[in-house]
Amino acid sequence: MKISENWLREWVNPNISRDDLVAQITLAGLEVDEVLPVAAEFTGVVVGEIISAEPHPNADKLQVCQVTDGSETFQVVCGAPNARKGIKIPFAKIGAVLGGDFKIKKAKLRQVESFGMLCSASELGISEDHDGILELPAAATTGQDLREYLDLDDCIIDVDLTPNRCDCLSLAGLAREVGVLNKTDVSEVQIDAVTAVIDDVFPVDVQAADACPRYLGRVIKGVNVAAATPLWMVEKLRRSGIRSIDPIVDITNYVMLELGQPMHAFDLANLNGSVVVRNASAGEKIVLLDGQEVSVREDTLLIADQKGPLAIAGVMGGEGSGVNTQTQDIFLESAFFAPLAIAGKARSYGLHTDASHRYERGVDASLQQKAIERATVLVLEIAGGQPGPVTATQSEDHLPAAAEVTLRRKKLDQYLAVSIEKDLVTDILTRLGLEMLQVTDEAWVTKAPSHRFDIAIEADLIEEVARIYGYDNLPSAMPKAAVSFTPLSESKTAIQNLRSVLVSQGYQEAVTYSFIDPNLSKQFLPEIEPVPLANPISADMGVMRPSLVPGLVKAYLHNQNRQQSRVRLFETGRRFIGSVEALDELDQQLQISGLIAGSRHPEAWYHTSEKVDFYDLKAHVEAMFALNDGGKPSYEPSRCGYLHPGRSADIFIDGEFVGVMGELHPQLSKELGVNQTLYVFDIALSAVLDATLPEYKAVSKFPEVRRDLALLVDRSVPVSALEKVINENAGEAFKDVLVFDVYQGQGIDETKKSVALGLTWQHPSHTLSDEEVNNSVDRTVAALTETLGAVVRG
Amino acid sequence: MENLKQILADALSAVAASESESALDDVRVHYLGKKGALTALLKQLGNVSAEDRPKFGQLVNEAKGQVQEKITERKSTLAKAALDAKLATETIDISLSGKGQEVGGLHPVTRTMERIENFFRGIGFDVAAGPEIEDDYHNFEALNIPAHHPARAMQDTFYFNPNTVLRTHTSPVQVRTMETSQPPIRIICPGRVYRCDSDQTHTPMFHQVEGLLIDENISFADLKGTLQQFLNVFFEDDLKVRFRPSYFPFTEPSIEVDIMRTNSKGEESWLEVLGCGMVNPKVLEMSGIDSEKYTGFAFGMGVERFAMLRYKVDDLRMFFENDLRFLKQFN
Repeated sequence: MKISENWLREWVNPNISRDDLVAQITLAGLEVDEVLPVAAEFTGVVVGEIISAEPHPNADKLQVCQVTDGSETFQVVCGAPNARKGIKIPFAKIGAVLGGDFKIKKAKLRQVESFGMLCSASELGISEDHDGILELPAAATTGQDLREYLDLDDCIIDVDLTPNRCDCLSLAGLAREVGVLNKTDVSEVQIDAVTAVIDDVFPVDVQAADACPRYLGRVIKGVNVAAATPLWMVEKLRRSGIRSIDPIVDITNYVMLELGQPMHAFDLANLNGSVVVRNASAGEKIVLLDGQEVSVREDTLLIADQKGPLAIAGVMGGEGSGVNTQTQDIFLESAFFAPLAIAGKARSYGLHTDASHRYERGVDASLQQKAIERATVLVLEIAGGQPGPVTATQSEDHLPAAAEVTLRRKKLDQYLAVSIEKDLVTDILTRLGLEMLQVTDEAWVTKAPSHRFDIAIEADLIEEVARIYGYDNLPSAMPKAAVSFTPLSESKTAIQNLRSVLVSQGYQEAVTYSFIDPNLSKQFLPEIEPVPLANPISADMGVMRPSLVPGLVKAYLHNQNRQQSRVRLFETGRRFIGSVEALDELDQQLQISGLIAGSRHPEAWYHTSEKVDFYDLKAHVEAMFALNDGGKPSYEPSRCGYLHPGRSADIFIDGEFVGVMGELHPQLSKELGVNQTLYVFDIALSAVLDATLPEYKAVSKFPEVRRDLALLVDRSVPVSALEKVINENAGEAFKDVLVFDVYQGQGIDETKKSVALGLTWQHPSHTLSDEEVNNSVDRTVAALTETLGAVVRG
Repeated sequence: MENLKQILADALSAVAASESESALDDVRVHYLGKKGALTALLKQLGNVSAEDRPKFGQLVNEAKGQVQEKITERKSTLAKAALDAKLATETIDISLSGKGQEVGGLHPVTRTMERIENFFRGIGFDVAAGPEIEDDYHNFEALNIPAHHPARAMQDTFYFNPNTVLRTHTSPVQVRTMETSQPPIRIICPGRVYRCDSDQTHTPMFHQVEGLLIDENISFADLKGTLQQFLNVFFEDDLKVRFRPSYFPFTEPSIEVDIMRTNSKGEESWLEVLGCGMVNPKVLEMSGIDSEKYTGFAFGMGVERFAMLRYKVDDLRMFFENDLRFLKQFN
C-alpha cells in the first residue's frame, strides 16, 4: 500500500523525522518496502501562464510563446502541441535545474531566442506522461513555486502489509497505528450524514446474506461526470498509484484509500429492475471493466440486476454498468462481503484488484455507512447532484461480532519473560482501540474494535503488547532445558562420512531440480509413469524425477558444453515413484547417485590419459559400502534399460535390491548428445548408510599360508562364481581369496579366460601343515572343475 | 723410535690422502697387514733391549690403533661422500603436483546446511526429515492456514491435485513430529522446499532449515537469545540484529529478523535473514500438544540466502546449474 507522507501527516503529525517515522512503522510490523520521492529533483520551476502562442517562423512543429510568471513576461520556444494561450503550465525559468543536473539556460532555437522551458509531467518526474506540457488548473497562482503549489516536497511510503493487518490498508488505518505508536491524537475527517433532497431509491435484493451481510446503496441524480477531479485528489490518488479516470470513479477510489472501504458506482440508467446480490448460475458470463469476458462459476458471488450480472462482487465491476461519459444519475454501492465469500475468487479468474485485495483480507464491517456518506459529500462537492436516502439491506446475524479476549498476567509474563507494568499494558491495549471490560491484577478482559477482527485469542493480545512495547526492548536469554541425550547410533553412519568418501575420489556434489522434463524421464525410464505437477513452472520441469540419474546427466551436459570433459558428480535426494492418489504408498526414497566421465586422473605431468571404466565406478561404489560394512553387496548383471546391457550391475544387500550401476546405454548417450562414455550409479541411501557394529575377533598368532591358482574357465563364468565355490570348499582355516590377474586372448582358447587367484589360509590355533593346505587346495580345485568346468593351468 | 714416528706420520698422511675404499685398504695392508711397516716394527721387538721392550711394544701398538682409527674414520667419510654424491643425482622437482585424484567438494548449500545443523545439534536439537510431496493438511491446515487464507497467496504452491502439494516449507516435518511425540521437542528440519516462482531472485526449488523448540516455560526471550547466538556463530561476527514484528499464521507473535550489513561504500542497511515466532497455540492444539502447559518457538531460514551472504554469491541460479567451475570454488 502506497501512501503520501504529507497526507498521513494531515491526519496524524508526530514530531519525528521522515526516517524515524519510516523506521517506526517498520518496527511496528508494517514493513516499509521503500520510500519514493513524489517527483524528480528540480528547482526554479514556477506556475506560468501562456499569454500568447504564435507559430515559429522557421519551424513547423515549434511555437513561440509569451509566458508570464505573474510579474515578468518571457519568450519561450516550445514544441508541445498543447501549448496555447490562456493555460497555466510549469515554467522552468533561466537558472532552473531539472532532474538534478539539467540547467536551463538562455537558448536560440532556429534563430528565435528562448528564455526558459515549459515542462511535461515526465520532465518533472511526476508521471510517465510526456504527451505535451502539463496543464495546471486555471485556479493555480501564477508565479507560485511549483513544488509548493503541487506539494511535491512529499514522499510515497510503500508499506508491505502482512495479510493480518488489512486494517492498515487505508490512510485512516495507518494514521491510527502511527497515533498509537507516538501516543498522538489522530484528526479523523469529519463525516456527517448527508440529508436526502430527493426520494429516489433503487431496490436491492440480497439473496446471499451470509456472503453479503450488509449492502448500502444510494441514488444521486444529476451528477456532472465532465467535472474535473480536483488537483489535490488527483495527486493523492497518484501518490497511491491510482490514475485519475473521472470524478465519480476517482471519489470511490479516494474513499477506499482514505477509509479502507471499497466502493462501486453504477450508472443508474443501466440498472434494470433491482440490484440482486446472489451466487452465479451455471453458464453466466460477464464482460468486466477491463474488457475481458469471463464465464463465472457457481461459487462466485455476483452483483446482478434483472437482466444479468453487473459485477463480480468484491472483485471487479462490469463494462456495461459502470459510470461513463454519458452518465447523469448514479447508484453508489458500499457493501460488506464476508472474506470467505471473496477469498481466492479474484485469483481464480486471474484477477487482482484493490477491492479484492481488501475484501479477501477483510474490511471493517462497521465502515459502510461512513464511507457512503463520505463519498456522497465528495460527489456533491465535485460533481454536484441531488442525493437520495441511503438504503441498507443487512443481516445482523451474519455480521461479524467483536471478539472478547482475555489476557492473563501469568501468560503474558511467561511468554515475554518480563513483567510489564499493568498500567502500561492497559494503556497499550486501550490506545489500540480495545475496550477494557475488566482489568484486574490477574487479567485484562477486552473487546476488540471492529477494525481489529484479526484479534481473536490471547496470543493475539500478547503480540500486540509485545509489538507496541517493542521487540527490541524485550529481554533475550538462552533456553534452559534439562540435558537429555539420544543414544549415539553406530548402526547408521552419518551422511557426512559417506559424502567424504566420494569427495576424496574427486566427486563434486551437485544439486539438481527435483522436477525434470517428462520426455527425459521417458527416455531413461519408459516403464515408469512419472508423477506430474498440475502447475509446473515450465514444461521441461513438468514431472517429479523417478531417478536422480537424468538430472545428473543433464548437469554433465551443461559441463560438456563448457569444455569440462572430466566430470565426477554425485547427488543425494529423493526420487518419486508411484501415484499421488495413494500418497502413503508413494515412494519418496532418498537416493545417492553419481556420474563419472573422462580421464581416470586429472590431466597432469605424469599423465595417463586412460579413461575411466566400469571398474573405476565400481571401486567408488565398493568404497561407499565398505565404509560402514552394513552388509556385503553382491552384483548381478542388470536389466536396467538406461544402462549398457553388458556393462551394468544390479546391487543387492542380503538378497535385497538396493541400486544399479554401470555404463550409460550407448544409444541413449547418442540421443542425448553425450560425447563420451558415462558411468552412473543410483543406490538407496539407506543401504549405504546402514552400518554394522564392529565386533572383535582374536587375531591368529599362527602363520598365514598362501597358494596361487591359475584357472582356465569359460568367459561367461563370473569371478564371483569362482569365489563362491572356493569359499564353500576351502575349509575352515580358509581366510581369503583375491584375484590378481584375469587374461583372455592370445595363447588361450578364445572361449576361455585365465583367472589367477591367491588363496590364503590361517588357523586360529595351530600352524597349518602342507598336507592340510594341499588337501584344501585339492578339494577346492575338484569342486571348481566339477561345478564350473575350471581347469588348472599347467 | 725415530723410525716409528716417521712411519706413523707417513701412515696417517696416506690415510688422509686415500680417495677410495680400495686405496684405503691398500694403506691398511701396507702399514697394518702381516707384512706391513708397523707389523714389521713389532717383529723387530727382539732387537730392543729388554728394558725398553715393553715401552716400545706399547708405542707400536698405540700407533697401529691410531692408524686403524683413522682408517675407519676416513672410510665412513668416504662412504658418506659417496652416498651424498649418489643422492645428489637422484634429485627431483618437488614443485610438481602429487599423483592421484584431486579432491572434490560439497555443494555450497550442503556446506551451509551443515554449519547451521552443527550449531543446533550443539545445543541439543535433533535433525528430522519428512516427505516432499505432502498433503494439504500437513503443509497448510495444521499450520493454521486454512483453504482460501490470504497467507496461501504468500507462497506460490506447486500442486499435484487439490489435496496434494510440493511442500512450500519444511514445517510439515514439524507437524509430523508434534503429532507423534510430546515435549520437550527440539528439532531442526533441513531440506528442499518448492515455490512456483522463477526469476532473478527466486528459484522454484530451494532449501530451508526450520527449527522447533517446545517445552514448559519457553519464552520470547529464549527465541531472541537462541537466534542472536546462532547468527553470531554462523557469521563469526558480533552482529547487530533487529527483531521486527511480522505475520505468519503458525506463530504468534511473529518476527522477522534483520541483520545489519555494511556495503563496500560503508553504508549500513538492514537485511532480512529469517522468520520466526512463538508457536501459535492453535497449531500446538491441532497436533495434540497442550498449549496451556507448553509454549515453544519456531524459526525458518533459507539456506541459499545464508550461502549467498556467507560466500558472496550474487546469482541465486548458480546453485542449481551444477557448473563445475562454480562448484569447485567451494572445495
